Amino acid sequence: MLGYVIRRLLTAIPTLFLIVTISFFLIRIAPGGPFNQERGLNPMVKANLERLYRLDEPLWQQYLHYLGDLLQGNLGPSYNLPDFTVADLFRVGLPVSMELGSMALIFALVAGGALGIVAALYQNRAGDYAVVALATAGSTVPNFVVAPLYQLVFALTLNLVPVAGWGSGSFANMIGPVLTLALPQLAVVARLMRGSMIEALRSHHVRTARALGLSDATVVLKHALRGAVLPIVSYAGPAAANLLTGSIIVESIFAIPGIGRYFIEAALNRDYTLVMGTVVVIAVFIIVFNLLVDLLYAALDPRVRYD
Amino acid sequence: MTTALRRLLLVAAVLLLGVGQASAEVVYNRGNSADPESLDPHKTSTVYEAHLLRDLFLGLTIQNARSDLEPGAAESWTVSPDGKVYTFKLRQGATWSNGDPVTADDFVYSFRRLLDPATAAEYASMLYVVQNGEEVNTKKAPPESLGVKAIDPSTLEVTLKSATPYFLEMLTHQATYPVHRASIETLGAEWIKPGKLVSNGAYTLAEFVPNDHIKLVKNPKFYDAAKVQIDVVNYIPTEDRSTALKRYEAGELDSNDDMPTEQLADIRAKFKDQVRVGPSLGTYYYAFKTDKEPWSNPKLRRALSMAIDRDFLAEKVWSNSMIPGYSMVPPGIKGYEPAIADYAAMSQLDREDEAKKILTELGYGPDKPLKMEIRFNTSENHKNTAVAIQEQLKPLGIEVTLLNTDTKTHYGFLESKGDFDVARAAWIADYKDPETFLGISRKSSGNNYASWSSDEYEQLMNKAAEAGDKPDERFKLLSQAEKVLVDDTGNMPLLYYSYHNLVSPKLKGFEDNVMDVHPTRFIRKE
Repeated sequence: MLGYVIRRLLTAIPTLFLIVTISFFLIRIAPGGPFNQERGLNPMVKANLERLYRLDEPLWQQYLHYLGDLLQGNLGPSYNLPDFTVADLFRVGLPVSMELGSMALIFALVAGGALGIVAALYQNRAGDYAVVALATAGSTVPNFVVAPLYQLVFALTLNLVPVAGWGSGSFANMIGPVLTLALPQLAVVARLMRGSMIEALRSHHVRTARALGLSDATVVLKHALRGAVLPIVSYAGPAAANLLTGSIIVESIFAIPGIGRYFIEAALNRDYTLVMGTVVVIAVFIIVFNLLVDLLYAALDPRVRYD
Repeated sequence: MTTALRRLLLVAAVLLLGVGQASAEVVYNRGNSADPESLDPHKTSTVYEAHLLRDLFLGLTIQNARSDLEPGAAESWTVSPDGKVYTFKLRQGATWSNGDPVTADDFVYSFRRLLDPATAAEYASMLYVVQNGEEVNTKKAPPESLGVKAIDPSTLEVTLKSATPYFLEMLTHQATYPVHRASIETLGAEWIKPGKLVSNGAYTLAEFVPNDHIKLVKNPKFYDAAKVQIDVVNYIPTEDRSTALKRYEAGELDSNDDMPTEQLADIRAKFKDQVRVGPSLGTYYYAFKTDKEPWSNPKLRRALSMAIDRDFLAEKVWSNSMIPGYSMVPPGIKGYEPAIADYAAMSQLDREDEAKKILTELGYGPDKPLKMEIRFNTSENHKNTAVAIQEQLKPLGIEVTLLNTDTKTHYGFLESKGDFDVARAAWIADYKDPETFLGISRKSSGNNYASWSSDEYEQLMNKAAEAGDKPDERFKLLSQAEKVLVDDTGNMPLLYYSYHNLVSPKLKGFEDNVMDVHPTRFIRKE
């Protein structure tokens, strides 16, 4: 098992290297540069800036510099936010995005899972239809509609919560962004859970459990759930990586100081180092969560073993 | 009473007292359309950074609540008869926020730092008007040769290349603010961090959480601190304009410098005089590629400019958050008469007839339609503007196609003199002088996207520069130069910008002005 983990982590190194290399050159293909803007810079001033950030060197040299810095854990300066290094920005923003993301993930898994089970147990009855309707709504109504609606109703009309802002992570500030982030995930989890639970309830081992006279609760929660939860585990891995690294829409509508905005903003600003930093962070999250999913699989499904 | 209960009461009393004191503190939650790229005055360039830096630092001159020029760190100044040498008397007893006196040497250091190529300041060119400014910035001359001298600790002498009447206005720009030498030398890049930043303005930096807030607190050592009424300013970045509007409505923001202008009519109906919209110094224009057929023909450019219905653009596309524009220099600079295009007075129908006539004269018609591509940078409003123009030109038989790229691609393309027909651009004033708008159409300017060139224009601009010590004559010459530009449609001005602030009735002293400057030190909150 430990050997397997180490092997997986070792294969992550060439994967990361490939991702870094491809992204480094891809973003450079985009026309324009970090110092092109509405009011053009004096060419001499621009030359000074490019020298400062080594952008005047040949691309392969810049690439080697970047790799060298990266190996030492240095993500470089941000071109468009020179007061901060890329690492500074993540130090402030990543915990915020992770806090929001993990709350949203837990909420989506627990509530979505519970709803899915209910739907499966009441298949083709009112409860089932209600859950399916909610799931359809959750995955079709986009978060840029949900978020302003939430603000309008709960903040402006009912005055229960602030409109936006992080407020150092106070509970009232978090409800809106967590719900908005969680809703589409919750919908998917509920649908997955419903499907796999219906299947599990029809399986031989559940029928055997029932035949043995076990109570409904024990049958569902102990025997059916263990098998039914597998599709959700494989879904939760990438979903977690996605949620924990922030969402640009939710973060801008709720004015949350997370890192979700950086990927798109940095790409539009040609803030090369910040783009690369975001790519590295997201890649690491995806690799780690995929590994966790595989390990969880082994724990849940006795047929899966890693040696 | 038991001891425990007594203690509890005591604690409660202390807490209440504390609350009483805290509520006496005046806090201003100020929406600002974006976070600053930097708080180092020498590394900034944008309007939203200028708001913050105006509170943190004090330049030699300032713009007051009405954007009029006033003495800042300099108490007074004299100008030599040839207009080239400025001698500033610094304010007696003025200090940095750590108590160090603000001296002439601080300005010498700061001006040299702005121009030092190693600083890579975006706005270094602001001080190119100072003797050897450009040479220092391009390493052709040592920093010591810059025309800035400390005569004594409170007397600063600045020698310019040539008389520059807008020099005092330029000194209100953040690029020319002083920075604290000792902290830069000991702290390096860290000098700009909260708790470390030493500044000389009405406020000091207390907190900076990117994308969340920047907290400034009143600087008790500021020379005019007695008159500063707001104790804490929280600058809150408001990228999402709809959210900002809701936060304003909920009282989370006391003001914001932007709003969803596409809903301007509704917002006005709801917030009445809290909506402050008025002309500011900025021009939205289209550049023709004038060194390429057929755009090299001034007649054709004129015909197109006449055919565009600017009233429609301002009213329907921009919901009156922009103003129809017929000159490169927007109105609002005292003493300057912008050169308005002669067809501005004609009705739109007459203009269209005239435009048709010119197009027929040039041989364009159903058999030979004129084809034109408009390039613009990503923005809903830029797109809508281009689409409206496309529709307006269709009846004239002009086939317009649109090309949208993101901002960096757009300006990268224009700066590298790429091949295009017509491209969207804009210019916002850095200082209150026509020069800032007219300079971008000069042959040598990197911002001359139109590649327009006119000897007459160059001559008039040079003459105006030489008349630096005679302001009236200079403005006349500049206006003549502008007329050459406008008559030739070297660029096609379409709209003037306007400011659009939401200001709570609780705020007093937030005065509307063409530069849209609102130093917190002049604002009160009731």
